[in-house]
Amino acid sequence: MKRHLLSTADLSRDDAVLILDTAEEIARLAARPIKKLPTLRGRTVVNLFFEDSTRTRTSFEVAAKRLSADVINFSAKGSSVSKGESLKDTALTLEAMGADAVVVRHSASGAAYRLATAGWSSSHVVNAGDGTHEHPTQALLDAFTMRRHLGGFEERRVTVVGDVLHSRVARSNVHLLATLGARVTLAAPPTLLPVGVESWPCDVSYDLDAAIPGSDAIMMLRVQRERMNGGFFPTQREYSRRYGLDAQRMAKLPDKAIVMHPGPMVRGMEISAAVADSDRSVIVEQVANGVSVRMAVLYLLLSGSESAIGSDEGQAQNQHQNTEPKGAAA
Amino acid sequence: MSTTYLIKNASVLGGDPQDLLLRDGIIADAGSLGPVPGTVVIDAGGLIALPGLVDLHTHLREPGREDAETVDTGTRAAALGGFTAVHAMANTDPVADTAGVVEQVWRLGREAGHCDVFPVGAVTVGLKGERLAELGAMADSAARVRVFSDDGKCVSDANLMRRALEYVKAFDGVVAQHAQEPRLTEGAQMNEGELSGLLGLAGWPAVAEEAIIARDILLAAHTKSRLHVCHVSTAGSVELIRWAKSKGHPVTAEVTPHHLILTEDLAKSYDPIYKVNPPLRSAADVQALREGLADGTIDAVATDHAPHPQEDKDCEWAAAAMGMLGLETALSVVQQTMVDSGLMGWADVADRMSVRPAAIGQVDDRHGRPLAIGEPANVVLVDPKAKRTVDRTALASLSQNTPYQGMELPGAVVATFLRGTATVLDGKLA
Ligand SMILES: [Zn+2]
Repeated sequence: MKRHLLSTADLSRDDAVLILDTAEEIARLAARPIKKLPTLRGRTVVNLFFEDSTRTRTSFEVAAKRLSADVINFSAKGSSVSKGESLKDTALTLEAMGADAVVVRHSASGAAYRLATAGWSSSHVVNAGDGTHEHPTQALLDAFTMRRHLGGFEERRVTVVGDVLHSRVARSNVHLLATLGARVTLAAPPTLLPVGVESWPCDVSYDLDAAIPGSDAIMMLRVQRERMNGGFFPTQREYSRRYGLDAQRMAKLPDKAIVMHPGPMVRGMEISAAVADSDRSVIVEQVANGVSVRMAVLYLLLSGSESAIGSDEGQAQNQHQNTEPKGAAA
Repeated sequence: MSTTYLIKNASVLGGDPQDLLLRDGIIADAGSLGPVPGTVVIDAGGLIALPGLVDLHTHLREPGREDAETVDTGTRAAALGGFTAVHAMANTDPVADTAGVVEQVWRLGREAGHCDVFPVGAVTVGLKGERLAELGAMADSAARVRVFSDDGKCVSDANLMRRALEYVKAFDGVVAQHAQEPRLTEGAQMNEGELSGLLGLAGWPAVAEEAIIARDILLAAHTKSRLHVCHVSTAGSVELIRWAKSKGHPVTAEVTPHHLILTEDLAKSYDPIYKVNPPLRSAADVQALREGLADGTIDAVATDHAPHPQEDKDCEWAAAAMGMLGLETALSVVQQTMVDSGLMGWADVADRMSVRPAAIGQVDDRHGRPLAIGEPANVVLVDPKAKRTVDRTALASLSQNTPYQGMELPGAVVATFLRGTATVLDGKLA
């Protein structure tokens, strides 16, 4: 396995399948009366959360404890804006405490990458969400959930709806699902799609209703409150009408299609309560699967040395390789 | 009595070997000279002689951020880079928006003595973009300010920009605009494009620069006053300036060395050493900037030397300060991208790094002069065959935020003379 899990963009298909298969095995074991595995006894996993996220932190905490690891929850106050405790100083502290793995959530894109590559720490780094960049374990648990319901990824169509621009979940899902062979469609108003999205390995549509009938899974992204005042769309009502999933739209989905949401939901905004609580919704299952997938990730990163998900190569990058524009004389 | 230097066999502006006699602050003789008693002879065979370089855009950080740079350390770096004059940007603390502050910076420059320091005055009080600073008082001060800029901030209010352009006509000043439409760049972290979308870093779109440049060109034409565009970074900006010049509008522009050599791909490392404003752009932009500089659309190379202490770069990207060092590597970057590539000759380098910036800064009575008898002895000797590997710990700047750490660059400044006095000899501070 690579030393770190920083993004799904650099996961190979074999890596991804290994994580999902391992998670499946772990889920089977978890169904037994004794849920705890001795695998990571004596190892220390630090949950380093610069942003509050009780659900993700708890999920990682349960995952690590079920593998018998020692868990330290380190809530660092101070975001990039407030200039509180710096990422570097925190990393040095954790290094001194002998952390084997650091699970990091941070508001700055690239924070996990920085932690892994800046030379501040020798721990394994798991990205638990960095700014608007990636949230790889969320995408892995989404893929895990889809595979269980849809039986695989080839020829399966997944529609991701909403604020792609600011969504780390969307980025991680697009890369991972494309790697696994699914066809992804992003459905969003043009203002909530990033510049350059046409080069992503997916289709893009401004029209949710056009995408719905062909969807095997539909994933509704959360619309954060600050976007509502940011001029990205006129009103909450108009957004809901054009891009929200209500019972009427859900009825147009194929019979076996599932409804997903990474949480936390804004009921009545991107998803109606009736849809969230319907039998097509796998939202609660996603939460349970999150523990299995995170156990698999920690297990593969920390147990055994050079085994598993690939090599370290390709991680380090020559920073000056790209200094000459292509085609230009030196 | 000051030392007299006899420079032997220097290739003046890349031409045939010549001798230059530097005495009493001027070039006292030139040509093929015999032995001159009482002189220090410098064998300049294989070296290029250029007029001392002039930087239009330097952040010396004093007063206020002496932990990043001081006038003394910054001008040491300038001399080592071959500069005999720098224009010190106004975004200090306090802001250089009064005669008192600009005179302080000017005096600190004189005391340090490594190169001439010409303070830039703020356009608006406190760089706030609300009302004009006392531009006339700064122009009339001992610092004799002619370049006015809110650099770091854009004078985004169209009416205020119009008034600034009009007002500086009274003392033949120039408004140097940091072209960045603020509403289009809120929270911007890197060039907006495919890569910013993938990295999840908020985009700084080319249009935010180009929209301001287009507006300001029209304002300069309307007011018949001089506009200078700082650190042009996009292909579209080059096109706009090319158009303005074709119409005869009074517009000049500069490009930084880093925008001539580095591209946005470096942001993939999330290493904020590559975070700068305006951001590193695409390879196509770099190519357009090189062509614009070569054909004279862009008048000058200006470093935007922006020192920052380590803690402002040793962090996550969003938290990091914007800017990179430039004074000690500028000439090497220009050699690599423009001279060694065949786009420009050394005479063009002299034009873009000395003659034209001196004219824009209204210091061309003292700097950017021909290397001829009777002219001020502001001279730099460059070894174009030298190679060096950039070592951030060996720089004269107080800060170490060079993006070229570990890179091999061509060329080395061997000697710099300010009015006949060596500020650098054998590549070291004299
Ligand atoms: Zn600027």
